[in-house]
Amino acid sequence: MSVDADISMREGRLVLEPAGDGALTLRFLGALDNTTVPFLWGEVERLGAETSGRRWVVDAGGITKMDGSGMALLLRVRCLGAGKGREVELRGISPGYRRLLERFDPAAYRTIERQDPCCQSLPEQVGRTVLQMWADFRIQVSFIGELAAAFGRAAMKPETVRWRDLWLAAERAGADALPIVALISGLVGLVLAFQAGMAMRPYGAEIYVANLVTIAMLRELGPLMTAILLSGRSGGAFAAEIGTMKVNEEVAALATMGLSPVAFLAVPRVVGLVLMVPLLTLFANVAGIAGGALMFLTLDYPFSTYFDQVLASAEIRHLMSGLVKSVAFAWTIAGVGCLRGLQTQRGPSAVGQSTTSAVVTSILLIVILDAILGTVFYFLQF
Amino acid sequence: MPAESDTLIRVESLTAGYGDRTILENVSFEVNRGEVFVILGTSGCGKTTLLRNIIGLELPLSGRVWIGGDDLVSADEEVLQRIQRRFGVMFQGGALFGSLTLLENVRLPLEEFTELNDEAIDWVARMKLQLVGLQGSEDRMPGELSGGMQKRAAIARAMALDPEILFLDEPSAGLDPVTSAGLDRLILDLSSILGVTFIVVTHELQSIYAIASRAIMLDREVRGILAMGTPAALRESPPHEKVRRFFHREAETEPVGPGGSGGSGNGRVRGGAS
Ligand SMILES: Nc1ncnc2c1ncn2[C@@H]1O[C@H](COP(=O)(O)OP(=O)(O)OP(=O)(O)O)[C@@H](O)[C@H]1O
Ligand SMILES: [Mg+2]
Repeated sequence: MSVDADISMREGRLVLEPAGDGALTLRFLGALDNTTVPFLWGEVERLGAETSGRRWVVDAGGITKMDGSGMALLLRVRCLGAGKGREVELRGISPGYRRLLERFDPAAYRTIERQDPCCQSLPEQVGRTVLQMWADFRIQVSFIGELAAAFGRAAMKPETVRWRDLWLAAERAGADALPIVALISGLVGLVLAFQAGMAMRPYGAEIYVANLVTIAMLRELGPLMTAILLSGRSGGAFAAEIGTMKVNEEVAALATMGLSPVAFLAVPRVVGLVLMVPLLTLFANVAGIAGGALMFLTLDYPFSTYFDQVLASAEIRHLMSGLVKSVAFAWTIAGVGCLRGLQTQRGPSAVGQSTTSAVVTSILLIVILDAILGTVFYFLQF
Repeated sequence: MPAESDTLIRVESLTAGYGDRTILENVSFEVNRGEVFVILGTSGCGKTTLLRNIIGLELPLSGRVWIGGDDLVSADEEVLQRIQRRFGVMFQGGALFGSLTLLENVRLPLEEFTELNDEAIDWVARMKLQLVGLQGSEDRMPGELSGGMQKRAAIARAMALDPEILFLDEPSAGLDPVTSAGLDRLILDLSSILGVTFIVVTHELQSIYAIASRAIMLDREVRGILAMGTPAALRESPPHEKVRRFFHREAETEPVGPGGSGGSGNGRVRGGAS
């Protein structure tokens, strides 16, 4: 190259000058900071790729100001030179900058290559997911075992149970949730009655709307709606509470005090919820049937007719099958919430992940359980 | 230290607190460009509070904070952001972004505020991590690191944009003496070579002697500055009993128990004399 190549007309410049014996002088002038380095970097890269088999003399004498990116550039120049077997000589750098530069070992940086973000093949992904699910399943089984053991101990020695936590969990999950549970169930009952009324009207069978609402609420919708609401409300809260404690190493602190986190944190919450969910389900049933009544009144039947139909169809076995379900749901919600909380990894996003996972997992399990129990009850004629 | 001693930060009768609880009253001091300014004081005396007020995270109850020629207290959002771009801050708890790897943590400010290309950013970020001795841990998540490593990564992130002013809240707490000495060295190099101004909260006596050009000592009862000066001066002629105790590592109460009442007392640790 015979002419000086003025690469950048910014405040920082790179001037190329061929020196004797095939050497090339790279003269940096002006500021080498993050306003000028973005332009110089690409030029240096190109230079590294193009010219080869020469000696590089880097003249840093003209640098007026340099920051971290400037130092990165000088280091890059060194590596680029050395990468093609060139000899690179750094000249004219002030002693202070030299001291800073000496902190970096160019050899350590030669390995910086951008790796592609590893994309996994489909079989690999499937395999990993299956392994993950298997590990998750094993953890769940061992958690259930631990929880059962903790319950065994708690039953033997009721004084070891944290009653205060239990009442607190019961209040938060139960009493505080009552308005929303009643509202949702009432609306569900109302909508159900409306849709059923529309469908039955052509056959003159509106009167059976009452039976339908009653049985549907008692057997299915009361327990199901309550459980789904509570898995968002309480299951998520359990996971978040315990997860935050886990992240802050409070769970580890408990363990080192000789207290089992499962017994200390999970048992009161599980018991609290198992006590409360059936009660809430009762309220949900009542609210749903009342909602149905509201709709029914618009069909010009007297209220007493609805009431009679409700009483006639509300057999005790319907109520009981719903309550049995609700107890199973309560176990699921509280168990999954506590388990996900205790499984929380480190790091701040972990709490969010375990909360989400608690809600999703428990809703999924609730629906599956509901189907299984529904089938079992059908065959038992219960 | 550079020869010029122009004031970079001036705090004027700053009163700071939380709600109606005043922590600091009428605090005034100046920090010169290129200085390593150390804030000392017992735990809970308001060092972090002072720092948060200087960097504009809390609004002082009264008083002014001048950074260069700008008043941070009366600055609107835009001006405040411009001023804050001149800072790098390392929080006491690290405050790394937990969902990003170490490298990504350091890359973040570079990506947002510079036009460097991806590769250049990688280099700069890796160099910052190497400065604090974290080469090789670039791809780890903050949650997987030891407390000291998180601290160092936080320092690297604070330095990412080569700010004029670096605020470090207890950078060497929890570090071993060797790493801590390395950090002191780095602070001195950056301040002498690049002219970076440091405001450092620290309790490490040795570190104070090594790096501080000047120090202020805050106190809970005084609710303000108990003493100001070079560390050597504070140690040799402490203006207050508490300052003496701090620099000589003495407990507030005389030790009781065997040998406790002994005059020049083996209970007293004269560790600061090194
Ligand atoms: N967010 C807050 N709300 C109310 N009071 C606070 C808050 N943060 C700190 N304080 C109080 O302000 C006082 C000073 O706290 P600060 O964090 O500034 O102490 P510090 O000197 O940094 O202590 P340390 O050396 O332990 O970090 C303490 O009494 C503390 O209780
Ligand atoms: Mg503090």
